[in-house]
Amino acid sequence: MADFEIKDLRASVEGRQILKGVSLGISKGEVHAVMGPNGSGKSTLSHTLMGHPGYTVDGGSVMFKGQNVLDLETDERARLGMFLALQYPVVVPGISMANFLRTALNSKRGYDGKDKSKMVTPKEFRSLLKGELDVLHMDDSFLPRYINDGFSGGEKKRAEILQMAILKPEIAILDETDSGLDIDSIKFVAEAVNRMRGPELGILIITHYTRVLEFIKPDYVHVLVDGKFVLSGGPEVAARLEKTGYAEWGKEEAAEPQGVA
Amino acid sequence: MASVPKIEVGSDYKEKYGFFVPEDYIFKAKRGLNEEIVKEISWMKGEPEWMTKFRLRSLEIFRKKPMPNWGADLSVIDFENIFYYLKASDKQSKTWEELPPDIKATYDRLGVPEAERKFLAGVSAQYESEVVYHSLQENLSKQGVIFLDTDSALREHPELFKEYFGTVIPPADNKFSALNSAVWSGGSFIYVPKGVRVEVPLQAYFRINAENMGQFERTLIICDEGSFVHYIEGCTAPIYTTDSLHSAVVEIIVKKGARCRYTTIQNWSTNVFNLVTKRAMAYADATMEWVDGNLGSQITMKYPSVYLMEPGAKGDVLSVAFAGKGQHQDAGGKMIHVAPNTTSTITSKSISKGGGRTSYRGHIKIYPGANNCKSFVKCDALLLDDDSRSDTYPYNDVDAENVTLGHEATVSKVSDEQLFYLMSRGIARAEAETMIVNGFIEPFTKELPLEYAVELNRLIQLEMEGSVG
Repeated sequence: MADFEIKDLRASVEGRQILKGVSLGISKGEVHAVMGPNGSGKSTLSHTLMGHPGYTVDGGSVMFKGQNVLDLETDERARLGMFLALQYPVVVPGISMANFLRTALNSKRGYDGKDKSKMVTPKEFRSLLKGELDVLHMDDSFLPRYINDGFSGGEKKRAEILQMAILKPEIAILDETDSGLDIDSIKFVAEAVNRMRGPELGILIITHYTRVLEFIKPDYVHVLVDGKFVLSGGPEVAARLEKTGYAEWGKEEAAEPQGVA
Repeated sequence: MASVPKIEVGSDYKEKYGFFVPEDYIFKAKRGLNEEIVKEISWMKGEPEWMTKFRLRSLEIFRKKPMPNWGADLSVIDFENIFYYLKASDKQSKTWEELPPDIKATYDRLGVPEAERKFLAGVSAQYESEVVYHSLQENLSKQGVIFLDTDSALREHPELFKEYFGTVIPPADNKFSALNSAVWSGGSFIYVPKGVRVEVPLQAYFRINAENMGQFERTLIICDEGSFVHYIEGCTAPIYTTDSLHSAVVEIIVKKGARCRYTTIQNWSTNVFNLVTKRAMAYADATMEWVDGNLGSQITMKYPSVYLMEPGAKGDVLSVAFAGKGQHQDAGGKMIHVAPNTTSTITSKSISKGGGRTSYRGHIKIYPGANNCKSFVKCDALLLDDDSRSDTYPYNDVDAENVTLGHEATVSKVSDEQLFYLMSRGIARAEAETMIVNGFIEPFTKELPLEYAVELNRLIQLEMEGSVG
């Protein structure tokens, strides 16, 4: 059994069934890509895995570290080692990125305001940040800014990856992290993700387009259409999609951005 | 933020503020209100005759004035069941050590002496009706700054006092200003001479200890030309099963080119009626800023106002209200543009939780001839559940030309998306909610000295944990 085992996952949004039985095993050290046309259920998959209240689980299980994470609250899933980089990171006014990152890191370490030994020290926090900011070509000026407030598309996505680097998850889901990014930003993000790749991290990249997979090479590629996997294989699946798009499943959508950078 | 003071998480209001010490009073007037009691208060204080007459005249006005028929429901106040004057100590202390042990213990628990040592230029502590402790840094008194309790100021600076007292808010202004004028006791008197800038805040701490107590402090601040002062007041009371009344009057005069900031963190227990009249007169190029935080009380009705008397005057109100279960915060601000080329802003942030109710009530008045004025009002309400309520009552009267008047109001809920986002980073739901609320009032918090900002965030956290409501 894989470290992170999705089994026959079915989920719906507002009474409409979107995921119709998805099974996928991700082990640490692996990078899986889930590709699919619009409306295939990609976002539903990522949000359901993380426990967004707008998505209802209709069946199936997701086993991670001996627990069915579908029974856990979102924050418990995160503390267990899951991470979701959102396609549309949310603006939260009045809270600085620094405060957010520190609070998240303290939560991850189980600091509840009492046991000071679990608290991240300011010094440790600064040195942790410094290294990761450099990789993402970001600077300190971003830390006092409010969470995602006034961030450009590229800044938002980089901030997501920064959070991932700080929180060091074991299973990371990157939901369309490449969408809306220019090629330089994709490279920075990919570089940061590649640096984290290793035996302690399993990655699930969710994407419409193959482009990001040129920079983050997947070990496995799965094609999601109408809430079910229709094809799974190695990197060659992405190459095939690049040529023919999703046409063979009756979706006239290319798997490469058309005329946009 | 490396130097944030230690925050004690998990203690609740009851432990921190809700305690009371046994009553041990030098003098306690009978319950209720009549000429005899008013005369007795004035006699106890050894006041000049004009003040005794002022008080008696105010009592008459109080009796004639009807209760406000708008705002919160005040019909439950029983004026006959209130103690209007309590004196707990026979002298005022200059050091904490001199304070009577029970009063000292109270302020020690509230952390006031610590705050004084850390960052205050002067501090005053009022216990029930009388100020029991007072201090001002020596260099400020050398520069002519006066910071006294209001009773002492009447004795020590009678002429200055009489020149300004009651000129900004006359007794007949409203029922509660009349009540205060009849039975006032304590409060702060500040005079800042021309060109003197008081760089560190002056603070007063108001404490109600006895049950059914009425606290009626009276504050008068005069900022002479080109001066600056920041005054901060904090208020708490223990939790009793019956109600107490707090009805203060605050008068401020900000002369040409001066600036005054008045910060309040009101955290009365939830059985205090908090009915306060606050008003400032701002003259040419002067700036008046009200920073007003209301967390406690059962009912608050308070609308700090600025009369913009001469060109270039500027008025600001920045307020935050938090209403939990059983609370009604009816707060806002008033800007009265008397002169042309004056500007004002009101920013109101309110949070309602557990069936609590917040109202924004504001009045922008621009008199004929007060041309080229600008005023902007922004009210944001955050509702934490479906039982809570928020209303906006903006009143605008514009009788001048070339006026820019803006009003913006939003009502929002803590969004699922924000909660999900924070929780997806491992932050527990309650903490995530608190963060969002603290983020919502951050425009207010960032105006506070760090110690107060930390304290406010902690109070919000306690409110959010539901330990109070």
